[in-house]
Amino acid sequence: MGANRAGLISERGIQRSLLIVTGISAVAILFMLALLVYFCLPLITSDGMSAVLSWEWKPFSGHFGILPMCLVSLLLSVFALGLAFPAAIGICGFVTVLAPRGLARFFLILIHFMTSIPTVIYGFVSVFLLVPLVRDRLGIGTGFSFLTAGLTLSLLILPTIVLIFHARLQQIAPSLRLTAEAMGLTPARQFLHVLIPASSRGLIVAAVMGFGRAVGDTLISLMVAGNAPQIPSSLFDSVRTLTAHVALVVATDSQSLSYRSIFASGLILFLLMGGANFLIRRLDDGIGKDRHEEEP
Amino acid sequence: MGILRKRMNVVAVLSVFFLLGWFRSAALCGALDGFAGLEGTIGIAGGTAHIPVMNDAAKAIMTFNPKIRITVEGGGSGVGVQKVGEGLVDIGNTGRAVSQEEIAKYGLKSFPFALDGVAVAVHPDNPVDNLSQQQVRDIFAGSITNWKDVGGKDGSIHLFCRDEASGTREVFWEKLLKKGPVAGTANIVSSNGAMKMAISRDKDAVGYVGIGHVDQSLKAVKIESVAATQENASNGSYPVVRKLYMNTKGEPARLTKAFIDYILGPEGSEIIRRHGYIPLE
Repeated sequence: MGANRAGLISERGIQRSLLIVTGISAVAILFMLALLVYFCLPLITSDGMSAVLSWEWKPFSGHFGILPMCLVSLLLSVFALGLAFPAAIGICGFVTVLAPRGLARFFLILIHFMTSIPTVIYGFVSVFLLVPLVRDRLGIGTGFSFLTAGLTLSLLILPTIVLIFHARLQQIAPSLRLTAEAMGLTPARQFLHVLIPASSRGLIVAAVMGFGRAVGDTLISLMVAGNAPQIPSSLFDSVRTLTAHVALVVATDSQSLSYRSIFASGLILFLLMGGANFLIRRLDDGIGKDRHEEEP
Repeated sequence: MGILRKRMNVVAVLSVFFLLGWFRSAALCGALDGFAGLEGTIGIAGGTAHIPVMNDAAKAIMTFNPKIRITVEGGGSGVGVQKVGEGLVDIGNTGRAVSQEEIAKYGLKSFPFALDGVAVAVHPDNPVDNLSQQQVRDIFAGSITNWKDVGGKDGSIHLFCRDEASGTREVFWEKLLKKGPVAGTANIVSSNGAMKMAISRDKDAVGYVGIGHVDQSLKAVKIESVAATQENASNGSYPVVRKLYMNTKGEPARLTKAFIDYILGPEGSEIIRRHGYIPLE
């Protein structure tokens, strides 16, 4: 009885402390949003918002538009997702139904390892390998380009997508595969016609998470995209993302409109990520409570 | 015999090293003697180019005498003038001479202490080694786009510029581009180091770095046949330079004066050189 009671109390203690921690996190996030809005207020009241929401960034001749950066952030993330997503599905299919157990395990360990590589390493390797390759082999531009950044970002978000999708497959595969096997479907057909349709929600969640990671990444675009504040007309153009913009401008004179524009950038990024997360919740209610990852 | 001589040589070399080290630390102690017995705080704000120099000096002084606290903030030259003028800090740093209006308004006293020069840099294999000021302006404006138009090999020019907050960019843009347009297609890198890395790996690249950062990994181009060297920058024949100033409101107080003397002294010069600037005589 006494032990039970003590257990109950300690459980209540755990509950409380978890509630407090959750509360602090939630308040911190709301506080960040409030702070961003607060910093953007001078922009809105001084009519700076229309200056910031324009298409030209030339701070030394009075143009402070960050829309090219917004567009590039979106395009670059879509591009990276377009490369990484099919590749991730292929990898998941391979490790789930095709590969022998040992090989699948090896690949999953490799993918897990990829998530732990700091982005600066991706950026650095890209500067030394991919940039010269694009510049010298393709012979267009400086190599610091939309294409280079997009390729590097796709590599960055690939493991995120694979792991989320694979976790989902792990939940549904055992029972479904048994049935499909009984119906005489080959492994590839099981994957294409049974597993993918059955886990389409997981696919969407994985894609949105990958997209969010690509939008939010700063270092890779800062290091390899070239940072020219322009609207790209080809894959080989130098471009600047919103995140890189914030990193580049944050050290300027704090009285200038350049400096204030980064708060607008921050707010846009925040809303973009918030939107992506909202989309996840809408598309997949309750994924938070039953998501778990298993090794095959 | 041979072995013995070798050993003697080693001993000689080692003792020279030790002596040098001893003299060095003795000299440093001497320079910091001005701070003995002093206490209080020095607030510094303003130009960002100054920060590494200020930080190193502050570190040395605070290590020597822990009763002295020195805070170093950035903010830019304008902020430096405002803060020192309003009495919020003791030293306001500027990367430009303070204007007559500012001197009149706040009664500022300026202490120039270093030259910051900027060189146009290309890949070491680039045959171009001299450009006119007009050619540099046209290249960075994007109206000259091929190296063969300025006497180089056939190949499109790859432009590299610095970020908006860079003091290097400011000097280059004001003194060499005469505030002219810069092509929107130019790549932008965020430090002198990143600029060096970009240029040293791209044979068609052109950019600009602080003179102190020029080494064998890139080639500094002559401007109107004047080489971008520390000598030419300090004797005035190389034009793309600015002075870095410390400013005080009226005569500096004793502790602040000691700090300024340290920066202007031999150890200050050492720090200034270490960060790629040229100490003023």
